[in-house]
Amino acid sequence: MSAELGQFAVILALVLALVQATLPLIGTFNGNTRFMRVAHSTAWGQFIFLSLAIACLAHAMLSNDFSVRYVANTSSIALPEIYKITAIWGGHEGALLLWTFIFSIWCVAVSTFSKSIPLDMTARVLAVMGMVAVGFLLFMLLTSSPFERLAIVPADGNDLNPLLQDPGMIIHPPMLYVGYSGFSVAFAFAIAALLSGRFDAAWARWSRPWTTVAWIFLTLGISLGSWWAYHELGWGGWWFWDPVENASFMPWLAGTALIHSLAVAEKRGSFKSWTILLAISAFSLSLLGTFLVRSGVLTSVHAFANDPARGLFILVFLSLFIGGSLALFAWRAPGINRGSHFELASKETALLLNNLFLAALTAIVLFGTLAPLIYDALNLGKISVGFPWFNLMFVFITPLMFVLMGLGPLIQWKKQTGAELFSRVKWLALGSILLAVACATPLFTPAWSWLTGLGTGLVAWITSTSIKALIEHTSKRKTLGFWQDFSGRSRSFYGMLVAHLGMAMLILGVTYVSIYDMEKDVSIRPGETYSLNDYSFRFDDIRELTGPNYTSYMAEFELYKNNKLIGNLSPEKRVYNIQTMPMTEASVNTGLMRDVYVSLGEPLGDGAWAVRLYYKPMVRWIWLGSIFMALGGLLSVTDRRYRQKARHTSTSNEAVISQAS
Amino acid sequence: MNRFLPLVILLVLALFLGLGLRKDPSIVPSPLINQPAPSFELPELRDVNKTVTKETSLGTPYLLNVWATWCANCRVEHPVLMQIANDGRIPIVGLNYKDDRPAALQWLTDYGDPYRDIAYDESGRVSIDFGVYGAPETFLIDSEGNVRHKVIGPISVELWQETLLPMLAEL
Repeated sequence: MSAELGQFAVILALVLALVQATLPLIGTFNGNTRFMRVAHSTAWGQFIFLSLAIACLAHAMLSNDFSVRYVANTSSIALPEIYKITAIWGGHEGALLLWTFIFSIWCVAVSTFSKSIPLDMTARVLAVMGMVAVGFLLFMLLTSSPFERLAIVPADGNDLNPLLQDPGMIIHPPMLYVGYSGFSVAFAFAIAALLSGRFDAAWARWSRPWTTVAWIFLTLGISLGSWWAYHELGWGGWWFWDPVENASFMPWLAGTALIHSLAVAEKRGSFKSWTILLAISAFSLSLLGTFLVRSGVLTSVHAFANDPARGLFILVFLSLFIGGSLALFAWRAPGINRGSHFELASKETALLLNNLFLAALTAIVLFGTLAPLIYDALNLGKISVGFPWFNLMFVFITPLMFVLMGLGPLIQWKKQTGAELFSRVKWLALGSILLAVACATPLFTPAWSWLTGLGTGLVAWITSTSIKALIEHTSKRKTLGFWQDFSGRSRSFYGMLVAHLGMAMLILGVTYVSIYDMEKDVSIRPGETYSLNDYSFRFDDIRELTGPNYTSYMAEFELYKNNKLIGNLSPEKRVYNIQTMPMTEASVNTGLMRDVYVSLGEPLGDGAWAVRLYYKPMVRWIWLGSIFMALGGLLSVTDRRYRQKARHTSTSNEAVISQAS
Repeated sequence: MNRFLPLVILLVLALFLGLGLRKDPSIVPSPLINQPAPSFELPELRDVNKTVTKETSLGTPYLLNVWATWCANCRVEHPVLMQIANDGRIPIVGLNYKDDRPAALQWLTDYGDPYRDIAYDESGRVSIDFGVYGAPETFLIDSEGNVRHKVIGPISVELWQETLLPMLAEL
């Protein structure tokens, strides 16, 4: 019964979404406040029905109801319970259900935390979100329902894809979906502003915390995905420029640009039309990502069930939705005022450049991802755009952006003489350049490497300028004391510095792991020892294990550094019973400064095994940096001005502007 | 900035995505199409004393199916191959790719044997000549020994009925 109940709950949610997409909007046109208030109840209603649908699917999973096609495809009797729960989003249909469920949480959140926002604005925002919900719920019901029954019930299911039977996969997709669907709030605010024709600073202040929260989740989601790929795929990479990864990276880039331009829109009233365009782009790119992943137009290592009918639906939905938004934008754009004037050397210019760089990077990723498709569509043949191209583009553009990132916090709004700025940073710049040159020489590193120099120099530059910005900030606020200052309106400033430092950590990690990682393929028998760098790996033993739904070979390695035992590694080679797919479970000895890593390959006969040894310097800093970025975002959203009650008078706006440093 | 520019970009993008939907990225053209199949001489999997060559199969069209026991998708494909074999319209020649002989024989005992001949390509040399990316792959070869079509990935019932059967009818 649970499948039918679930299906019914989804249909009811769709009906409520249809009401939410229309009634409140009609209310805003004729001033009917009862119509406008409907949005709050429908948001809660959708949340309740979609929770019920998720519960129904969970029940079907846990009770091994293989008469449900989705359960038969993604679960099996022997699958551990925790993975039966995660199997809810382990396939296309269930992932879509999770998406709509998370989206309904965002709707409820907007309805709850928008009490201080004028009712007509909330009504418009929720109506736009209702339209998004209609699209996704229709997509689910028409092309990909997780509640479909099978005519012939199989005795056992197909099992969850072994790649997804991993702790990292438990939370990675929900995180990403929270991020993706969260950008819909910024999008809905932008559309609401376009509909109402009101583009004041209050609008930017309302959208900002929502955008930042979505960005935090997307940041964490992407880095979890990267961490999962690193230890689960067993080839030691942490980013592959795979279409699916790019699909999550593009909204992140656009979202990062949006966060920065919202700051200008809120504090200075400039860049409004650009900000609105970015808000539309960030969400559109999330939708595009969904299209790319689900339609099968591109080949990817994340092969989901591909179905052209689904692709066509998303394409039509995407074109209508984004096309409608952009047409609305084109219609309203002349009404958006240009904002206040600013000098060439000013924070505005710096942020404008930051936006241009981020937009360029987004365009590069978009082009690189779609190039194979475009070539094919034009009958120019099959191409694939890989690693080297993306890396080259990023190594060219990002350093300029990072130089600017160091300057950003030090520049003032509106006006700044270039000479004054130069005198403040000249020693830091000189120091960073000297360090860069020193690191590029064989003095510090094994061989000449201008990339090491570049990376290290940029890290030094961002770190030192951030510290300088911190010192200047605190000396200005001496009378307040740190804690009072921190709990007050400066918290978003600290958040920015923490996020920038996170980026510096990430650059450091990426630079060193890309240049100095080592790997070695060896054929090794029990009792033998191989060394890599300062580390030796002793192969002790290998034995057969039986897991709940797999059998595996587990090897035991002892890891020595300079002949001192520092740990044990036990990589596995698993074969899952149902899908008979061999899986490599690498074993990693982690450390702040390096990871040492063993993955088990094929048996080579005579007791010898193919084994791959890795040495990955500073790879942890990549994820550590991401955590700091997310932490920075968290500090920013908890800034006092977002916690305060309704403040949409112009005087408080000016107060914010004068506070801004 | 022109206010219509974003809309124009979207429309162009949507056009390409729409065109992309009608193409299948997994179709990689094989340079062997309408060319003579590479000649080979390999031991028969089931009978060590026999050999399988390209000449063995001249005279009738056949399917050359690249398979291995380590390949999960070959399991998926196997029932369809059994169906084609029982149907009897075209013989299937197996090319057992980088496999272990006892395991391959066990597979045939466990799941059934749809093959007329099976060439045992232990080193994978012949498969390289055929431009095999991975298993399973299937070539439709005509009576003169020319490659007429190549399928990457498992053959489905639809593919057999909608693509391979009509092509076979034309041979």
